[in-house]
Amino acid sequence: MSDSCAAPDQDTALPESVDLAKETVLTGTVVTDEGELVQGAYVRLLDGTGEFTAEVVTGEGGRFRFFAAPGKWTLRALSRYGDATGEIEAARGLNETKLAVSR
Amino acid sequence: MAREDVLVTADWAEENLDTPGVVFVEVDEDTSAYDSGHIKGAVKIDWKDDLQDPIRRDFVNQEQFSQLLSERGIANDDTVVLYGGNNNWFAAYAYWYFKLYGHQDVKLLDGGRKKWELDAREVVTEVPKREATTYVAGPLDWSLRAKRDEAEAAIGSKNLIDVRSPDEYAGRLLAPAHLPQEQSQRAGHIPTALSVPWSKAANEDGTFKSEAELRELYVDEAGLDESKATIAYCRIGERSSHTWFALRELLGYEDVKNYDGSWTEYGSLVGVPIALGDEPGTK
Repeated sequence: MSDSCAAPDQDTALPESVDLAKETVLTGTVVTDEGELVQGAYVRLLDGTGEFTAEVVTGEGGRFRFFAAPGKWTLRALSRYGDATGEIEAARGLNETKLAVSR
Repeated sequence: MAREDVLVTADWAEENLDTPGVVFVEVDEDTSAYDSGHIKGAVKIDWKDDLQDPIRRDFVNQEQFSQLLSERGIANDDTVVLYGGNNNWFAAYAYWYFKLYGHQDVKLLDGGRKKWELDAREVVTEVPKREATTYVAGPLDWSLRAKRDEAEAAIGSKNLIDVRSPDEYAGRLLAPAHLPQEQSQRAGHIPTALSVPWSKAANEDGTFKSEAELRELYVDEAGLDESKATIAYCRIGERSSHTWFALRELLGYEDVKNYDGSWTEYGSLVGVPIALGDEPGTK
């Protein structure tokens, strides 16, 4: 059990205890429209009905990661460089997405 | 209670960074955010190391809380402005705590660290030096905190508000979606609990919604019975502090408790009733 419900450091490697045969991991990076990685972007995971599910903050690598379930999800990024929205149809294992923020 | 008595805006904060008697406190579980940059003059409180008992699953007692605030240089008559990451969850948890131990003048920075960063407002790495004080905490106010028996007894008689995500409520997920899902406790929710995810009380930038929007959310949409007492819970009690704040401090309901044992306790109890699926269920 994790001590709190806070999001862990998003730059760390996937913990070895995570079984990708069972988990559905949505991961990726936030970039500016020039392709620069964005640190400190707030990335939200919204479920199939648009309801908020979780939020993390990107680290130096501009990376985010969610543990979810197979199905339709929306990713929403807010940053001081602008915002971005992405739709994803997730399957078991790793699901990679890039979010390009703009004003 | 008026909104301005319990919430300050980022603009107000910026204008009062050097006001005597106003202490800014950043509260987080991961204090590396504080170390990399914080609001000028803010001291830090570590949610885990400073606010939790190191051995038992409980929070620090009256003496430990007095000692903590004395060390941080916070006086009983200071105006304490709390803020933090994760949409102010930990700051709201600390706010609840300051109220539990009787601090009079405590406020949340609306939007917390998130709005401050999105606005690109100034942060510094310099750690302030504050003279130690002799803080005296009051006895724990049990009118604000629910324990497990009270949560179970509330089934069908009080408002129970489950503030986790809809998938956690229904039992499809056991933890927030940014955490791995292996857990020991059972999935689901306390029967008759209404599902109102904490996030519905906040705007996208982390600020609280207006009182009119909040009332519509809890009363008109979710069906909160205004004539009854309310207990809020989540997984371990921080997200529900956020909702406790919205219900008691912004909407002004008097009898609102936070059940900090929350799902990691309730879902591990032997023999208690559990409801699965999207409906509240019956007693």
